[in-house]
Amino acid sequence: MSTVVETHDHGHHGPAKGLTRWLFTTNHKDIGTLYLWFSCLMLFIGGSMAMVIRAELFQPGLQIVQPEFFNQMTTNHGLIMVFGVIMPAFVGLANWMIPMQIGAPDMALPRLNNLSFWLLPMAFGILLSTLFMPEGGPNFGWTFYAPLSTTYAPSTVNFFIFSVHIMGISSILGSINIITTIFNMRAPGMTLMKMPLFVWSWLITAYLLIAVMPVLAGVVTMMLMDINFGTSFFNAGGGGDPVLFQHVFWFFGHPEVYIMILPAFGIASHIIETFSRKPIFGYTSMVYAMSSIAILSFVVWAHHMFTVGMPLAGELFFMYSTMLIAIPTGVKVFNWIATMYKGSISFETPMLFAIAFVALFTIGGFSGLMLAIVPADFQYHDTYFVVAHFHYVLVPGSLFGIIAGVYYWLPKWTGNMYDETLGQLHFWLTFVSVNLTFFPMHFVGLAGMPRRYPDYALQFADFNMIISVGSFLFGISQLLLVFIVIKSIRAGKKAKPEVWEGSGKLGLEWTLESPAPYHTFTVQPEVK
Amino acid sequence: MAYLRKCYFKFYLIVFLILPASLLGEASNYNMPIGVTEVSKEIFDLHMLILWICVWIGVVVFGIMFWSLWKYRKSKGAVAADFDDHFWLEIGWTVVATLILVVIAIPSTKVMVTAYDDAEGEINIMVTGHQWKWHYKYLEDGISFFSNLSTDQEQINNQIPKGEFYLREVDEPLVIPINTRIRFLITGNDVIHSWWVPDFAVKQDAVPGFINTAWTNVPETGIYRGACTELCGIKHAFMPVVVRAVEQAEYDAWVAEKIVLAEQEKMLTSKEWTKAELVERGESFYLTNCVACHQVNGKGIPPVFPTLDGSQIVLNDTQRQIEILMEGVQGSAMAAFGSQYSEVDIAAVITYTRQAWSNGKNGDSAIVTPQDIVAYKNRTEL
Repeated sequence: MSTVVETHDHGHHGPAKGLTRWLFTTNHKDIGTLYLWFSCLMLFIGGSMAMVIRAELFQPGLQIVQPEFFNQMTTNHGLIMVFGVIMPAFVGLANWMIPMQIGAPDMALPRLNNLSFWLLPMAFGILLSTLFMPEGGPNFGWTFYAPLSTTYAPSTVNFFIFSVHIMGISSILGSINIITTIFNMRAPGMTLMKMPLFVWSWLITAYLLIAVMPVLAGVVTMMLMDINFGTSFFNAGGGGDPVLFQHVFWFFGHPEVYIMILPAFGIASHIIETFSRKPIFGYTSMVYAMSSIAILSFVVWAHHMFTVGMPLAGELFFMYSTMLIAIPTGVKVFNWIATMYKGSISFETPMLFAIAFVALFTIGGFSGLMLAIVPADFQYHDTYFVVAHFHYVLVPGSLFGIIAGVYYWLPKWTGNMYDETLGQLHFWLTFVSVNLTFFPMHFVGLAGMPRRYPDYALQFADFNMIISVGSFLFGISQLLLVFIVIKSIRAGKKAKPEVWEGSGKLGLEWTLESPAPYHTFTVQPEVK
Repeated sequence: MAYLRKCYFKFYLIVFLILPASLLGEASNYNMPIGVTEVSKEIFDLHMLILWICVWIGVVVFGIMFWSLWKYRKSKGAVAADFDDHFWLEIGWTVVATLILVVIAIPSTKVMVTAYDDAEGEINIMVTGHQWKWHYKYLEDGISFFSNLSTDQEQINNQIPKGEFYLREVDEPLVIPINTRIRFLITGNDVIHSWWVPDFAVKQDAVPGFINTAWTNVPETGIYRGACTELCGIKHAFMPVVVRAVEQAEYDAWVAEKIVLAEQEKMLTSKEWTKAELVERGESFYLTNCVACHQVNGKGIPPVFPTLDGSQIVLNDTQRQIEILMEGVQGSAMAAFGSQYSEVDIAAVITYTRQAWSNGKNGDSAIVTPQDIVAYKNRTEL
């Protein structure tokens, strides 16, 4: 690959000064940075809510908060982590990396890009403001099942609906931008099957977003109508059906789950090939596996509703279709391991997080397979076993993917290497505490502790205490990540263009200087 | 060295003997209960089968991964190979994964067909989830009652030590005979609840407006404890399920007694009640059914749960208070209790709230009798 990089013309193309740089920016790198810092802020807000939950559950009995506030914490923790942390972080990485990986000067629609970001603080400002209103914020779980979220909801539910609408618009606009960029702005010679896997993962994710975000908007609009305009979509008394809510919600919700993991697959693939010093094994099957997962994600939604009273044929259909997902997911894990096999492996922080990602995500996959088995799900459903499952795929899955990506590309963004010793410390603290937090949840769940309980029976006490201790450690450890990132922004060993040994041949981003100049690839590189 | 060896021995003992043994233990604190019914046992076996399949896949996959990480580490001077694809390997592991899934799917389907049999039961019980208690109605015998959490609020608030069955005890459990096919017809009154008894492996959502079915046939007498598993609002964690399975003879006696009690209850409506009797009955009713929201001191938790102490309605507006108790308040947790409780209970609790706290001396402290409630019903039904 050869590139022409303009780096000396900062005169009037550099960033503006002060606050307006960030308010009015149309630069993909600035917007990527905004997304990532926003997501970081939300991680600590959503994380503090998790700390409140764990503090209350430290012992049986009600000590710190009342059930009403506890329910607001579980609800907002879920909403913020899903819509405010994982999704924006992936969009931030997409903004930074997709143009650099495909050899484009910027995103295809830069002004739209600015709008997509600035909608988010509005949405979350509205959502969080409800917590300070007299009736309190949403308290019906992040899945907001009707009629608890309609007839029986606090009136602040209207703010929540508005906020979800804004988040949805932001995601759809962002996805349109990503698809347009990928299809129109690839460097000459970069065919679809030569695209980096992170770009592939985001192309698929963006289509999923465009397909399901309108469904989410639809379901909250139906709620809005039921609450304020006398319709009865979800009210059996008026001829509606509360279960309809769940079908529509999970038709959005299940693809959403893969929206939150596919980009992490892409990131892990890059990191594993870099630090194994060996090209990714089975590139084609990786692309097909991600596509299959995306397509299957539209026909498995009712596995979230096995106890809702579906007919036998329905239960069996959703059990089989869900089990099928294990095949492409398994193929991806096998490919990662085959990439490591006969490599020359080193263990820098991004690689450690990527390895932990593969191992712990697989554990989440196993419990996912168990949950797919309908009769067994009658025992697992809505217990801490489910909480353990989805936290294993979302925390050591998605979040580790994001953290790995941040360590991996940070030197490219800042021009400075991060502190490797602190990075390793951060990894081990995080790795130990994440398992301490989420592994015992399998046990309390199997033993029968239901989720969303502010108080529990005495036989669950020991494990809950361990879980709480683990979660506090996990929470505190993440402050270290912020410290490491800020330290790398301010100073550090200068990074070479090819930050990681041998990465130069792995992607266009490594042919750029470190830090990447404000404008890159103003002349498109040629991919052979 | 000898000491270290001892430690290792202990470690192996724990990992390979004690841990698996306790995993299989009957009253395990970290595994699914085996339960007592045929279905629950089949589900447990299925669960263990899949668990072990996952464990073995994990051992093989992680084994290869960590072995590769160790063997091909750069610090040992490993040089990377250059292959990046193998068609038959890709086909091979896809096929193997599919075969494993088929092996899991076959027994799962079998158990599912048994568990999901909705044929009529010998006894049919309607289970209705309310915010936040369960209501049971025996369709054949016409018995019906509410089942409330009986754990003291003081235990929950850590003011007194917690009992053995903290949050897992109720004032009146569901009673069923053993070795009888029981069918549950499950529905919700307000929001969605979910009725779960782990030992029967029965978990079914209680959806307002729809009736789900589940069944069980319990072979052993005993007390089985479960929970509500669908988020249903503030007291979601405080509406346990308790089922008492008894011998047929004991069950018959219990049914007969319940029928007599129900008759006596009906007689109470026409009885002449004194103020003291009403207040006494109202107080105990209030402490069971109302304190969750309106609190012992009648102050509620504004603005969600309004205060009763000093409320204009409770002080001076008897008709409005009757109306609220009977019809509920749209869009709030205050349900239409008129259809759930007897005229006596409604009258008693209204009378009680009008005498209690500061209301007795500040308001009209009116007495509402069961006849007033009957009159209200006659008026509204016209």
